[in-house]
Amino acid sequence: MSEELINKYFRPGRLPHIWCPGCGNGIVTGAIVKAIDKEGLNKDEVALISGIGCSSRSSGYLDFNTGNTLHGRALAIASGVKMGNPALKVIVCSGDGDCTAIGGNHLIHACRRNIDITLVVFNNSIYGMTGGQYSPMTPKGSKATTAPYGTIEPTFNIPELAKAAGATFVARATTFHTQLLVDVIAKGIAHKGFSIIEAVTACPIGFGRNNRLGGPAKMMEWQRDHGVVQAAWDKMTDEQKAGKFPMGVLYESNDVEEYTEAYEKHIIAAAQGGK
Amino acid sequence: MSKILLLQGNQAVVEGAIAAGVKFFGGYPITPSTEIAEQLAARLPQVGGKFMQMEDEIAGMGAVIGASLTGKKVMTATSGPGFSLKQEMLGLACSAEIPIVVVDVQRVGPATGQPTSPSQGDVMQARWGTHGDHWLIAISPASVPECFDLTIRAYALSEKYRVPVILLMDEVIGHMREKIEVPDEVNHGYPSVKQPERKRPTCKPEEYLAYKPDADLVPPMADFGSGYRWHVTGLVHDATGFPKGTPAATVAAQDRLRDKIMNNLDDISQVEEYKMDDAEYVVFSFGGASRTVYDAVDMARAEGLKVGFLRAITVWPFPEKQVKALIGKVKGVLVHELNAGQYCLEVERVLGGKLPVATYCKYDNESATPDELLAEIKKAMNA
Repeated sequence: MSEELINKYFRPGRLPHIWCPGCGNGIVTGAIVKAIDKEGLNKDEVALISGIGCSSRSSGYLDFNTGNTLHGRALAIASGVKMGNPALKVIVCSGDGDCTAIGGNHLIHACRRNIDITLVVFNNSIYGMTGGQYSPMTPKGSKATTAPYGTIEPTFNIPELAKAAGATFVARATTFHTQLLVDVIAKGIAHKGFSIIEAVTACPIGFGRNNRLGGPAKMMEWQRDHGVVQAAWDKMTDEQKAGKFPMGVLYESNDVEEYTEAYEKHIIAAAQGGK
Repeated sequence: MSKILLLQGNQAVVEGAIAAGVKFFGGYPITPSTEIAEQLAARLPQVGGKFMQMEDEIAGMGAVIGASLTGKKVMTATSGPGFSLKQEMLGLACSAEIPIVVVDVQRVGPATGQPTSPSQGDVMQARWGTHGDHWLIAISPASVPECFDLTIRAYALSEKYRVPVILLMDEVIGHMREKIEVPDEVNHGYPSVKQPERKRPTCKPEEYLAYKPDADLVPPMADFGSGYRWHVTGLVHDATGFPKGTPAATVAAQDRLRDKIMNNLDDISQVEEYKMDDAEYVVFSFGGASRTVYDAVDMARAEGLKVGFLRAITVWPFPEKQVKALIGKVKGVLVHELNAGQYCLEVERVLGGKLPVATYCKYDNESATPDELLAEIKKAMNA
């Protein structure tokens, strides 16, 4: 990341970050900053809210209106921020456990309301901060400190879950595919409505080591070899798709009214004019 | 200019909140508080505010915290089961000093309990429900007019001290209908009521330290989006607002959160004294349980018994000074509350054995009758 972007968007004196060597969270955080820069947002207009966990520490490093709130609750608080001041661009950083386990209810309802928030899910397949327990995104059969014999639980498909729940912009990229990651986050920010970007990232310490995945570089090679851009994905047979995942903008709709606008248009107007 | 209305307690809370300038409600339906949500859903958009029915109690609390960060006066309302769910968020609001007003219209617990019956079983939860040492304010109305006035006061205290204020109601007060005099409505609001405002920074944004307190120990709070970029965290933090985990920083942070409240009890603590001037025996109560006490005291007086009534309006912090002042003045205290005995523990603690403390704790889903309470007063006086 360029010094210019660091000086512009990172809070002085807050670095170095707390993340382990080889962690992908810095790449995702960097991608968010690049996307914000690409969209030309004013720092005063950005509210960046996170929950609790490794990835949620990102908010403290960045020079916006920020909150490192409670485990799983970032979207609930962010919804209040957006309703309180719809002019703010509200971005939420959340981990896979934060977002899809303890915060799962807030996730589906934020999607359903189509409130104009951009959610970046740092999916590192594990609870990193607490030392490697399995999350809803830990691949079935993987080892974790709470799954010494391997997990028996299937994972969520985050984009499909979000789409089914009503999100109007759904995308995925990895920390290997950084240009794509910046691009889809920027598009998510520009999208009016609820946008979700799954950022596939590596936790070499909490997940990789326990599963003998060969370290940070090997884990990024895995991302390279298993992430497939949507156009190529569409041409693949089911056999070819096995074990891989599509990337890019996976779903977008501009047909659903955004929540805060709908509130202004239908409810405030009715209460003040429809008497 | 004012008008006389017949309002329900919950409704008076709504009108008090509108008068104070509430602009956002986030919550979840729960008996016996639901009327507050229903009526704010209609009232808020009339005054340019917003109502949001959230997916659960936790999200309701989260949304009000978020909206408060943008400078809005906010409310959520609940009852016991929901109040339990809100406790973690309550701790965040204490730690990060985010002004919010939380209404708890108590019902019988634990668990689902008796949803439509009165109780004051959350009084200790209001003080100690969230984990860790913390300080907050709880105030408890005992009439419909007080629901209106104390809701405005809840905002005044919450904004002034940057602290969550719990409006500790109960089913009796929430659902009771009474005569109330309210100011005239203009454009759906009450412009004659002075709206409390929080203290905002006046320094340059680059000089702003989000948790650097003024002499009153309360840091000015900038609205998100106003050009003062700051960081909110529930981690222990120093004046910068960023996490700081040293022993000294931890103690300093906790001490300030305590002192900003406890150094200002003259402003925060309110009690009502009823027929206390010549009282030889006193009944101590709060909220809905108080309604019986006035009548029981009047009946005792009619029989020539010099009984008075001390009512806690500010329930937390506990009105320690006012209760201690009873020592040497009266012969004993009867604590009346609608639970199996919670608030009486504070009275016993404060009096430290220097006055006999009797209790009439009622937890059978019903309020006491004046006759019943009078009998208890006589029994305690003769003990």
